[in-house]
Amino acid sequence: MITEKTFRNDGYAKVTGRAAYADDISFAGTLHMVPVYSDLIAANNVVVDASEAMKVPGCIRVLTAKDVPGTTCFGQIEQDYPMLITDTIRSWGDVVALVIAETRTIALEASELVVVHGDPVKPVLTIEDALKPYARVVPSYGDSNIVVHHRMRHGDPEAMFDQCELIIEEDFETQIIEQGYMEPEAAICVPRHDGVIEIYGSMQHPFSTRRFTGALLGEPLSNIEVYTIAVGGGFGGKDDTAAIVCARAALGARLLSRPVKMTYSREWSMRESYKRHPYKLHYKVGVTSEGQILAVKTQMYADSGAYLSVTPWVTWRSTAQCFGPYSIEHVHADVYGVATNNVFTGAMRGFGSPQVNFATEQLIDMIAQRLNVHPLGIRRINMVKQGSSTVTGQVLDQHTVSMEEVMNSTVHEIGYRKKYDRCSHGVSETDELYGIGLSISYRGASLGAEGMDFCSAIINGQYDGSILLETGIHENGQGSESVMMIVLAEELGIQLKRIRYRRSSTSTIPDSGTTVATRGTIMGSSSVVIAAKNFKELLATHLAERLKCTPEEVTFHNDKIWGLTFAQSLTWEEAMKELFLQRVTPYAFGTFKAPDVSWDDTVGQGNAYFTYVYSCQAAEVSVNKKTGKIKLLNVVASHDIGKAINRAMVLGQIYGGVTQGIGMALSEEIKREDGKITTLNFDTYKIPRITDLPEMTGIIVENSDPQSLTGAKGIGEPALELIAPAIANAVYNATGIRCTSLPLSIDPQELK
Amino acid sequence: MSNIITVNNRPIQVSDEDKEMTLLHFLRERQFLHGVKNGCEKGVCGSCTVALDDKAVRSCKIKVEKAIGKQVITIEGMEYPNGKIHPLQQAFIDAGAVQCGFCTPGMIMSSYILLLHNSKPSREEIRKALRGNLCRCTGYQQIVDAVQLAATYIEEQGLSPKAGCLVSIKPKTPCSKVANIL
Ligand code: FES
Ligand code: FES
Repeated sequence: MITEKTFRNDGYAKVTGRAAYADDISFAGTLHMVPVYSDLIAANNVVVDASEAMKVPGCIRVLTAKDVPGTTCFGQIEQDYPMLITDTIRSWGDVVALVIAETRTIALEASELVVVHGDPVKPVLTIEDALKPYARVVPSYGDSNIVVHHRMRHGDPEAMFDQCELIIEEDFETQIIEQGYMEPEAAICVPRHDGVIEIYGSMQHPFSTRRFTGALLGEPLSNIEVYTIAVGGGFGGKDDTAAIVCARAALGARLLSRPVKMTYSREWSMRESYKRHPYKLHYKVGVTSEGQILAVKTQMYADSGAYLSVTPWVTWRSTAQCFGPYSIEHVHADVYGVATNNVFTGAMRGFGSPQVNFATEQLIDMIAQRLNVHPLGIRRINMVKQGSSTVTGQVLDQHTVSMEEVMNSTVHEIGYRKKYDRCSHGVSETDELYGIGLSISYRGASLGAEGMDFCSAIINGQYDGSILLETGIHENGQGSESVMMIVLAEELGIQLKRIRYRRSSTSTIPDSGTTVATRGTIMGSSSVVIAAKNFKELLATHLAERLKCTPEEVTFHNDKIWGLTFAQSLTWEEAMKELFLQRVTPYAFGTFKAPDVSWDDTVGQGNAYFTYVYSCQAAEVSVNKKTGKIKLLNVVASHDIGKAINRAMVLGQIYGGVTQGIGMALSEEIKREDGKITTLNFDTYKIPRITDLPEMTGIIVENSDPQSLTGAKGIGEPALELIAPAIANAVYNATGIRCTSLPLSIDPQELK
Repeated sequence: MSNIITVNNRPIQVSDEDKEMTLLHFLRERQFLHGVKNGCEKGVCGSCTVALDDKAVRSCKIKVEKAIGKQVITIEGMEYPNGKIHPLQQAFIDAGAVQCGFCTPGMIMSSYILLLHNSKPSREEIRKALRGNLCRCTGYQQIVDAVQLAATYIEEQGLSPKAGCLVSIKPKTPCSKVANIL
């Protein structure tokens, strides 16, 4: 039961149905746009014939690449994604044309009549095929299907394997996962009289939306104003793809000078949007008789699909975190992104870690079993401790390395030791086999050496004592606005109700990078602290005289501004008015720049991230001997997030992240036939339902992080990245069967 | 036959043409009740759940025709006429059951029907009642908390579980409106 009430600035709007998502917004004269796909998977010389479609009454226009004033192809790293295809189709998700009509029904009807011709070529659909010597090269750039190759060269594992007591070699495979946000992509774009295009979209990141739109329109960024509205979830999945939906609607709005709405059906969303990369991983691990992991060699292949998106960043994280939270002296890793004609893959919560952890946390249990050492013991021997060096050669001495503390909290809460001894290992008197399993991880917070990391905040005091706050972090449903408001209220010693979080627009706050990588809280709230410091300095300077003290002596608490004695104080109403009378604008800006990181790509070594979140999750399962069905009985998750700013929301992130991880472990899989996705809606793509889940326990460990100005790190991704191996370990302990691919499944035949 | 359906306690005349629409599109496009969400349009996510004569239905799966002569309650009808919100709505906020909020209206409507028929549901019963509603954000746990909390609010404050739009007399002590902190 809940112990304290939650603060959510958007709670009221969302429980009353008032919250307006993109498809809920309309303007007079709005036209409707729908995408046109082709059934071709890979084809050249593609021609689009829209003449019949144009005859449908109410069909206004059919747009193809020829109508694009700017560049059709764009991307965050490589500019290879065709927002409208030119003459080559590379995947089943490619959009060949856009139909615009007076109503959505007419647009849908007309879109059926668009005819697409092309010369099909044999699609490359597997990593193996893509890597064959004379395989057709899929991407439009470069001369190979290997679109990225990251290396780690740390020590010399080959030389060490000889000295190892135990060598384990194993292959693992992970599936394609859909982010599964409940709101499909949608956008409404409005041409403004001053020449600006306004965008209201279901996107995760306004600034990247603006970049994609600017490219498609061939216009400067200042011509495009992207507003924050309610977004029905993103989980990494509403960056490129959702930005592209916005850009397409903006193209229609620009060309037709009318508002244009584009709302995706679930089927289009599933067909076109990028997914989580499926991985194939090979590991060779060498261990001493005492259980010390001496050497690791690994190769991983990630299917990038037809377009690059953020594959180089996803695979970079897999490289930098290629063997869990362990200090190992000899590690070589080669991580490849491989292009195929599959629907492309990109960002999803977890971003290159869940796949790796699925392999490594099972390997740890396999080592324990083979050496007959307790799984906790193996982890304790090898895990990073204060001052340890990571596999990238980074010394962890700038924050509290709490791996052991976090693991202990989960172990204690779930009663792992006793329950571990009770596991069935394939033998039980009833039909149910019981098992418990656990996994640990650390996760580099924020972008790390993957990109430029900074964020801004604006505090705008009003004449009446109310305050507007705005940051460059985007609210996707995670509760970031509420967190920023709580931080500001604490910094200024004021009541929350003074603060209104301003609906951000890309034209009013500087580009602060994408709201990804568990960076919202750490970056956003740190920028609020800096802006608040500037704000307080400004106020102190101008109010000191009235408060009969020096500026340094002015303090902010109990919803007032104070001098040295109780007799000297100003309400915020008085203070703001005083500033206006002095003709001083109570306005402050703050930017937080992430601490430096470093990276040498040739050897994969450096200080990859400025801080880490430590996590441990455990799961109990029962497996039915007759059916092989895996049932989750209990989950405990502990995370050291530095500091919890909005406790209930942190728990919500833990439960939600764990649940997505459970989907990855047990039920979710995008299925394909000849390059076509066959799981296009939630009837066949099975995300966890409320009845699939046990009651969970979330434990928040707080070791304030000195690198973050609030002490807080983040929780979005750590919550998701390690439950799958914990469940796999539990299933092994129940059945004696090691599942090396996802989703986990047990063939009852093997249990006999 | 008179084509009248009652939506949030207001009678509405439906044109013959509109009778063929799905209730989802009718409510969103003709009545501007945008709290009814479209997550799958296939009857599998529950985002479009409304109450139809005190049963939870997926409005994407039924035609307007089927609702003629019946009472439809949407999330917009859960508030009281004086603007205060229903205990379920308050409980969803208080328990941290809302993240992106896209599933929230459907969740509240399914929970509403549950509480109408069962004033003190167990966690197991709540899970059963909500199994048709998908949520990708919360992991559902705080949603279960919220429904239990709402049951407590209703019991302790002696409230009617009925949707606000149906309560003609002013409820004695409805939940406080939280708009002032927003
Ligand atoms: S939209 Fe009706 S059940 Fe999903
Ligand atoms: S809160 Fe986002 S889907 Fe439920």
